[in-house]
Amino acid sequence: MLSRNSARTAQNLLRAAAQPQHRLNAARTFASVADAPSSQTIHSDIFKPTKYGGKYTVTLIPGDGIGAEVAESVKTVFKADNVPITWEQIEVSGLEDAPSGRTEEKFQEAVASLRRNKLGLKGILHTPMSRSGHQSFNVALRQELDIYASISLVKNIPGLKTRHENIDLCIIRENTEGEYSGLEHQSVPGVVESLKIITRAKSERIAKFAFSFALANNRKKVTCIHKANIMKLADGLFRGTFQRLAKDYPQLECNDMIVDNASMQCVSKPQQFDVMVMPNLYGGILSNIAAALVGGPGVVPGCNMGRDVAVFEPGCRHVGLDIKGKDQANPTALLLSGTMLLRHLGLDDHANRISNAVYDVIAQGKVRTRDMGGQATNQEFTRAILESMEKAL
Amino acid sequence: MFALRSVAAPVQRQCFRAAPRAATSFVLQNQRLYSTQQDRVAKFDGKKDAQGRYTVSLIEGDGIGPEIAVAVKDIFAAAKTPIVWEPINVDPILKDGKTAIPDEAIESIRRNKIALKGPLATPIGKGHVSLNLTLRRTFNLFANLRPCRSVAGYKTPYDNVDTVLIRENTEGEYSGIEHVVVDGVVQSIKLITREASERVLRFAFQHARAIGRKKVRVVHKATIMKMSDGLFLSVGNQVAKEFPDIEFDAELLDNTCLKMTTDPIPYNDKVLVMPNLYGDILSDMCAGLIGGLGLTPSGNIGDECSIFEAVHGSAPDIAGKNLANPTALLLSSMMMLRHMGLTEYADRIEKAIFDTLAEGKALTGDLGGKAKTNEYAAAIIEKL
Repeated sequence: MLSRNSARTAQNLLRAAAQPQHRLNAARTFASVADAPSSQTIHSDIFKPTKYGGKYTVTLIPGDGIGAEVAESVKTVFKADNVPITWEQIEVSGLEDAPSGRTEEKFQEAVASLRRNKLGLKGILHTPMSRSGHQSFNVALRQELDIYASISLVKNIPGLKTRHENIDLCIIRENTEGEYSGLEHQSVPGVVESLKIITRAKSERIAKFAFSFALANNRKKVTCIHKANIMKLADGLFRGTFQRLAKDYPQLECNDMIVDNASMQCVSKPQQFDVMVMPNLYGGILSNIAAALVGGPGVVPGCNMGRDVAVFEPGCRHVGLDIKGKDQANPTALLLSGTMLLRHLGLDDHANRISNAVYDVIAQGKVRTRDMGGQATNQEFTRAILESMEKAL
Repeated sequence: MFALRSVAAPVQRQCFRAAPRAATSFVLQNQRLYSTQQDRVAKFDGKKDAQGRYTVSLIEGDGIGPEIAVAVKDIFAAAKTPIVWEPINVDPILKDGKTAIPDEAIESIRRNKIALKGPLATPIGKGHVSLNLTLRRTFNLFANLRPCRSVAGYKTPYDNVDTVLIRENTEGEYSGIEHVVVDGVVQSIKLITREASERVLRFAFQHARAIGRKKVRVVHKATIMKMSDGLFLSVGNQVAKEFPDIEFDAELLDNTCLKMTTDPIPYNDKVLVMPNLYGDILSDMCAGLIGGLGLTPSGNIGDECSIFEAVHGSAPDIAGKNLANPTALLLSSMMMLRHMGLTEYADRIEKAIFDTLAEGKALTGDLGGKAKTNEYAAAIIEKL
């Protein structure tokens, strides 16, 4: 049962990733598969959202902070390429003083819309720190829709120089349980317990997802990240499940690593990693460390996959409230997440055109946003991408 | 088995409260903080012997442990440090079905109030509590102090790193309270108490003062764990009021990971303090920034006694071959000297170590040199 679900999702990925090989201009694909058939049928896929009037409807949640600005960039670029997508935009906000108000209702609206459309592109929602504040909408959304697998693709962008080179890793993170269960209580004043839940079923499905993903994207190695030396039962279950399932995938190299060692290796020898699979909290930590290695949260795309719904969002989840409204944001992460969405839909031509243009602009290095060491505003950067797309035609 | 351990944990905590100094400083009433600034958390109060020397318990450890311990002893002797070593054996024994440390070892550390420890091989198996964890619990070593400083002479992608991390060492995710609810569903409890948080936070502020840093930053994930990390954070805010000379702020774990890996320099003027798991991960990550665990010291600070240790593995593959790098244990022993108030010795030896590393003539294999352990030690002694 579980295996079928995750295999299907991975099939989507496979199909999404399979095609661009024969195109010479595909400078960089997210996941390259050498010799997979390129003409797959999209229409037979039961997970495929329906097309109305030749267009897909996709839920767009710009999110807080820089969300509105970068979402605007994505819409502009997609429109320029005539992508057959109609956006159903929903202004959810996690901020207490959100202009749209009625945050809870908006959130429900977003969930309903995602259920209907099965596809979403999403920025990050702010989570308040205060105890009276609402639970994280980001987490609630993932739990509500059971989009259990988070994928962050961390890869050096050609031309964008960072401290490390040749990084190409993928972080797969369990999204619905673990430390983010939200179960906490105060036993007596001054003594708080927070529960971390690990279940065999969810460990199994994330492990299978990771294996299927690795196979579908022609990756060689899967590393399980855990802390089973201390949390012998909880992380022990996660690791044990991973090892048990690894036997079914003899073609993949499987190993495991303790999370503290993994983060140390990540900053010293990140080239050794390929696909990494881990429980929730460690995913948060490692995706941030890894994102920093290749240029920060502005350039790391990602998505959240479930059995029915896929929501694409930047792979390193930062709201960016500090640069909100300053037109300094880097839309690369959301744009690339958008191209992942296009590949998910089988619209590889569009995806390639857009991602090539993005990489092209970054590689040329003339127009870059501040986080990439440039001076350009978000709008200038977006315009450069549009020009690059025009030239390529 | 597991139930047993979970029952044992709170009992232990009760015991902590019985420790004499802890009792005065951490009385909890109406959630007010009673300790005054004069009370220094974890002050060393070992006694000198007739010759004015301190006795230090020495756990040589497994694998390369004995070799690197020899290097430390030689260098200390050369620097005429007023220290007498008392070697102890901590091979685990089973006591009432639980892993425990031999009584003589416990006695020795209790008496000397200070110990230096080489790497211990933790048997990977089920049900074994790691010996490191046992030591921490036995002596209630509540704070783990992990400074990381770039070593001139060993090039990494990051330069001029100089971070100080303090990690809560007794509870949090590593409380060891876990159980199987039904088959296939495990609950692991992260425990945060006001008492332990206050203790480690106060230590952080005091340490910041001691090393002349003006900023203390709490790293947390209170957006998700609103109550547990929220408690840690709010205790931080309260303790901060006692230290008006020190700037206090908080940062989300995700941001810390991101910013530290992007550029660790802004953290050079801060002391970071955090719950157990985050501290564990971040301190190892910082070690990665400067070149690995072979170059980072570590101290476990408790009210009663403190243990300074090398956190790297016991490297059984190169054990006995005179190839090991004793730097981590050496730097830990420098921390120990400073903790004991023997700062001049520490400064002198540390300078010799860093000079030797910067010179790069007598480096061990892991740093890309060809020197043997004893040659490296000899080079340091020469500098002294």
